[in-house]
Amino acid sequence: MMTLVVNGVPHQLDIDPSTPLLYALRNQLGLHGAKYGCGLGQCGACTVIVGDQPVFSCLLAVAAVGTRAVRTIEGLGSAENPSKLQQAFIDKQAAQCGYCIAGMVMRAQALLERVPSPTDEQIRTHMEPNLCRCGTHTRILAAIRDARQPA
Amino acid sequence: MSDPRTTPDSASRRRFLAAGSVMVGFTLLPGARTLAQTTTTEAGTFAASAPSLPGSLKIAPMLDAWVKIDETSRITVFTGKAELGTGIRTAFMQIAAEQLGVTPEHITLITADTDATPDEGYTAGSHSTADSGTAIANATAQVRALLLDAAASRLNVDVASLTTHNGEVIANDGRRLKFGEAVSGVDLHRNAQPGVPTQDPKTFTVIGQSFHRVDIPGKVSGAPCYVQDLKLPGMVHARVVRPPSYGATLQSVDVAPIRTMPGVIAVVQDGSYLAVVADDEWRAILAMRALSEAAQWQSGPPLPAQATIHDTLRKLPAQEIPVANTIGAAAPAVQTLHARFGKPYLTHGSIGPSCAVAWLNDGQMTVWTHTQGVFPMRKGMAEMLSMPPERVRCIHVEGSGCYGHNGADDVAADAALIARAVPGKPVRVQWMREQEHTWEPYGPAMSSDVTASLDANGQIVDWKYEVWSNTHNNRIENAGRFMPTWFLSKPFTPAPPKPIPMPEGGGDRNSIPLYRVPNLYVQHHFLPDMPIRVSAMRSLGAYHNIFSIESFIDELALAAHADPVAFRLRHLDDPRARAVIERAAQRFGWPHRADSGPPSRGVGFAFAMYKNLMAYCALAVEVSVERETGYVTIERVSSAIDCGQIVNPDGVRNQVEGGIVQSASWTLFEATTFDEHNITSFDWSSYPILRFSSVPKLLDVELIDRPGTPFLGVGEASQGPMSAALANAIANATGQRYRDLPLSPERLREALRV
Repeated sequence: MMTLVVNGVPHQLDIDPSTPLLYALRNQLGLHGAKYGCGLGQCGACTVIVGDQPVFSCLLAVAAVGTRAVRTIEGLGSAENPSKLQQAFIDKQAAQCGYCIAGMVMRAQALLERVPSPTDEQIRTHMEPNLCRCGTHTRILAAIRDARQPA
Repeated sequence: MSDPRTTPDSASRRRFLAAGSVMVGFTLLPGARTLAQTTTTEAGTFAASAPSLPGSLKIAPMLDAWVKIDETSRITVFTGKAELGTGIRTAFMQIAAEQLGVTPEHITLITADTDATPDEGYTAGSHSTADSGTAIANATAQVRALLLDAAASRLNVDVASLTTHNGEVIANDGRRLKFGEAVSGVDLHRNAQPGVPTQDPKTFTVIGQSFHRVDIPGKVSGAPCYVQDLKLPGMVHARVVRPPSYGATLQSVDVAPIRTMPGVIAVVQDGSYLAVVADDEWRAILAMRALSEAAQWQSGPPLPAQATIHDTLRKLPAQEIPVANTIGAAAPAVQTLHARFGKPYLTHGSIGPSCAVAWLNDGQMTVWTHTQGVFPMRKGMAEMLSMPPERVRCIHVEGSGCYGHNGADDVAADAALIARAVPGKPVRVQWMREQEHTWEPYGPAMSSDVTASLDANGQIVDWKYEVWSNTHNNRIENAGRFMPTWFLSKPFTPAPPKPIPMPEGGGDRNSIPLYRVPNLYVQHHFLPDMPIRVSAMRSLGAYHNIFSIESFIDELALAAHADPVAFRLRHLDDPRARAVIERAAQRFGWPHRADSGPPSRGVGFAFAMYKNLMAYCALAVEVSVERETGYVTIERVSSAIDCGQIVNPDGVRNQVEGGIVQSASWTLFEATTFDEHNITSFDWSSYPILRFSSVPKLLDVELIDRPGTPFLGVGEASQGPMSAALANAIANATGQRYRDLPLSPERLREALRV
């Protein structure tokens, strides 16, 4: 039995401790925001925040999470009550297929919590690990710029 | 079940799924087919039972195939097309809302489902708005007219005195009838009529507005939106084990130890076909890995050498397709140029590997799939499973972005084959990243030769173009087109590849320059034999042909000492073509002399009309090239697009922006690689694509709206022009012309070092 704190809620899990966090979130906890993209840490579709860091949940075994708090996109807000960053993605219509978007939002969220007013260049550099195939990048960057605090 | 939809229609979607057969039984192709005409486009081959009707009404002329209104005024609109991430769901809701005089929230839209919607073949080739959007516009306009007629007799007033507003028919004396009241007694199960007008574009209040997409709030908040997120009661997880190469066969495998692994429910073995089923997804992956370790394979025939693939392709037996051959009066040629262009195999590379859920229950196979064509899939599945088609239902659920014929159909076949082995249990299968990268049908490698001459005034007098290409259409015509069936103990044989006829074309799509050329010869060498498995990838041959033509036009302009934009304009008559070129050039500030380096800066321009019959797109780019690294930075892109009547301006903008960025990725980075035995580009490290650092610094799109003109589709308009504009800008920056894609840092670095 392991305890995993996700979006502020503790969950008891009886699963193989080597299970990557991604599968525990999606299958055991029913949180579908984080997506399987590569299982290799190359695309960022599975990005969630663990502690205060964006991590590839496809690579992190649940046993390695320890007591660190896990936050997923479901913890930011909902379709009805989106967070400021989620609202910025809606305002900029920053999605096409949207499969990468939950990972994009979570990586950007981690940056904005650490650096509330990042420069355009900081945003670009920070987002480098995450891939989008539809070519929605310029809108994603615009949404993150919209959600930063005025410098 | 938990429903993957979060859009406003989720409630009704649930109802339809739950009710199952509620929608079954209404006739899509009624009675007389005596006038049937057959047409073939990228979307498929259709018998048009009503050729005089607009859009897809030709093939499904009954009004209630497209729109239903019940007594509670609920409006349900049906499309045989699928949402692939391009925003058609929202656009179609807007089209229906506009014609019916309601707001889009009133519309429930049902997308591709073999038990519910018209058969519109594939969602492909930028056809959706033109085919299905046009059908919906006309069907809803005719339904509105029927409602008005019915209301006029109920209220005993002249029909001309009636208007509609927010789901009500309103008489000028103030009396109102809800649509649900007006519709009672009106039979919508009737043929659409030709020549019935739709609403005047001047009155549009919904079409032409940038309504926010209905799916985005769910997608940015982690709601289950995708087939990957579908969860049915009792659902189990499966993974497949693929052979190491195309023709490999299974020599031996001991499955007994796999069967005893935690959570394993079944190991499926049928000839060389291997899969595992487990109660949990991670357990299925562990079992897949163990099964993969246990399997011994006999490798298949060798693959050709990648370095000489274009020579190999050119030597394959060809089916000759004359595309154009015209002879006209022209001034004498004073100089002749020749060039050869090449494009590698490209990987679709959706961020989410392909996924499907299948459930064999009481002799009924239901498949939830992100296929582009539920009806062709049903036909192929029925053959594969030896089941009558009416016992197979394929329901589209969104997946990761599509970009053409990727693994979606194959994984659905996997799901169905595995579900057959564990009847009663819904089976979810998702491919692993390396399976997606190594087994999908790639965008074909292509090669072309072009020769053209200029007269003394620098006008083109002759143009000869030859293109060599495999098919761009290996979609599901029979069970053998599903790759998993090749490995069964009783394997299926794929239907032989067929070219897509012009004017849409496949390998020859956009092979005819739109420019005025008195002597024109265009030949397509269609190559049926495929050394590497290929099929449709976004814009098909247009990407390569536009890259070739628009690169070569710049070479001709240079030879003619002409400005590339002016050179294009003086060879073009079509005012809409000229307009996009002039607008893009003006927006960019063309002619623009780039700063001298370092890094070396350059500008490039390109234009195309997609398929020579759809959207017009022109764009200008400025790049800087770092000579030491070969790295290209896209400083800015200015583009202009004319796709006819615009339904959702921001949606069009999003598609054009996305096409430009995706094409930049293909053009600057991408090539599927292989050695003698295997595809070697098996992940994002061995198949790099564009990341944020390479995104254009500035990117703007000017829309030219053409109210009242046909919808032209926009999903594939910018990819071709972007490739050539980049090549032209790099040539301008470096003084060297590159004709072999990709224009990757390695290639440029190598060439610039010489």
